[in-house]
Amino acid sequence: MDRVDLGGCFLHLLILWFVAIGGPATILPDVQRYVVEVRHLVTNKEFAELYTLAQVAPGPNAMYVTLIGWHVAGLPGVAATTLPLLVPASTLTLLVGHLNERYPNAPLGRAIRRGLAPITIGLMFASATILMRAVNHDWRGYLMTLLTVTVVLLKRWNPLWLLAGGALAGIFGLV
Amino acid sequence: MEQTELSRPRNSALALFLTFSRITLSGFGGLTFWTRYVLVERERWLTQREFLDLLVLAQLLPGPNALNLTVMVGYRFGRWTGAAAAVAGFLTCPCLVVIGLGVLYEHYGALPQFQRALTGMSIVAAGLLLSFVIKLATVLPRRLLPWLFGALAFVGVGVLRWPLPWVVAALAPWAVAIAWKEQS
Repeated sequence: MDRVDLGGCFLHLLILWFVAIGGPATILPDVQRYVVEVRHLVTNKEFAELYTLAQVAPGPNAMYVTLIGWHVAGLPGVAATTLPLLVPASTLTLLVGHLNERYPNAPLGRAIRRGLAPITIGLMFASATILMRAVNHDWRGYLMTLLTVTVVLLKRWNPLWLLAGGALAGIFGLV
Repeated sequence: MEQTELSRPRNSALALFLTFSRITLSGFGGLTFWTRYVLVERERWLTQREFLDLLVLAQLLPGPNALNLTVMVGYRFGRWTGAAAAVAGFLTCPCLVVIGLGVLYEHYGALPQFQRALTGMSIVAAGLLLSFVIKLATVLPRRLLPWLFGALAFVGVGVLRWPLPWVVAALAPWAVAIAWKEQS
């Protein structure tokens, strides 16, 4: 593997987190584009696997970037991918948290929330389709994705059971 | 505001660190759920209403929602040190667990069983994300403009693969301006 440009990763993720309104799922397409297509740090398949591995761990879902960082560059990689996560939280969030205690009912906040909600949803939909394309190679994969969606929409099962079911289906060669 | 602050006991940095460590370790995936459970029901640091106010803001701000929530709760109870202690508690253990998983992946990632299990789980993970988006989309108003903005964001980032910051910078000002006009 070539030497990894950790400074570039750090800056790219830092910019991404500042536009990640609606949480980590919204920036997944761009993280994938950057680490797979632009930098070639991991393959598409490795990206999907590392993302999934991070989902079964406790803690924030955003930690998949930490796992990718560890995979490509060890501890410096962990720092380069995890620290950007903290920057918006420790600047903007503190500022807004502080203002919030003074001006609880600002109309600008409401307009921003309403205006940005559809964009957030469109971006998360993009994340879901990119993950699907990264792992589903044939109709059985797509069928299982569809099955998962159906179960989640109809039942209130713990998602961990579904992931465990997916692991078993994989081991027994069903997908 | 001052009244609530006076009546509120200040929690020590250690208490914030430990409480958020507990939240993060019990929360698989839905961390905001566990934050509410621990802070509102078990510890009674916040009322239901106070929690909701902070959650709305946390979702509005960029970055992981649960992390923003952690910062604001930490700040409310212990100012700067409180926020730092809460975030440290929130991230330390998951960081270690993730590194452990990374080590496992390097050693066993090439095993066929491990590979196949991961493939199956990845497929389910994609389905989970998709269903989460569908659930969220049901709260959007049934009008053309919001769905148009959603579709443009999806096409720009998911189909054309343009860089996300540009897409957001191009769409967000219009979306917010329109929402602002509709409101007044």
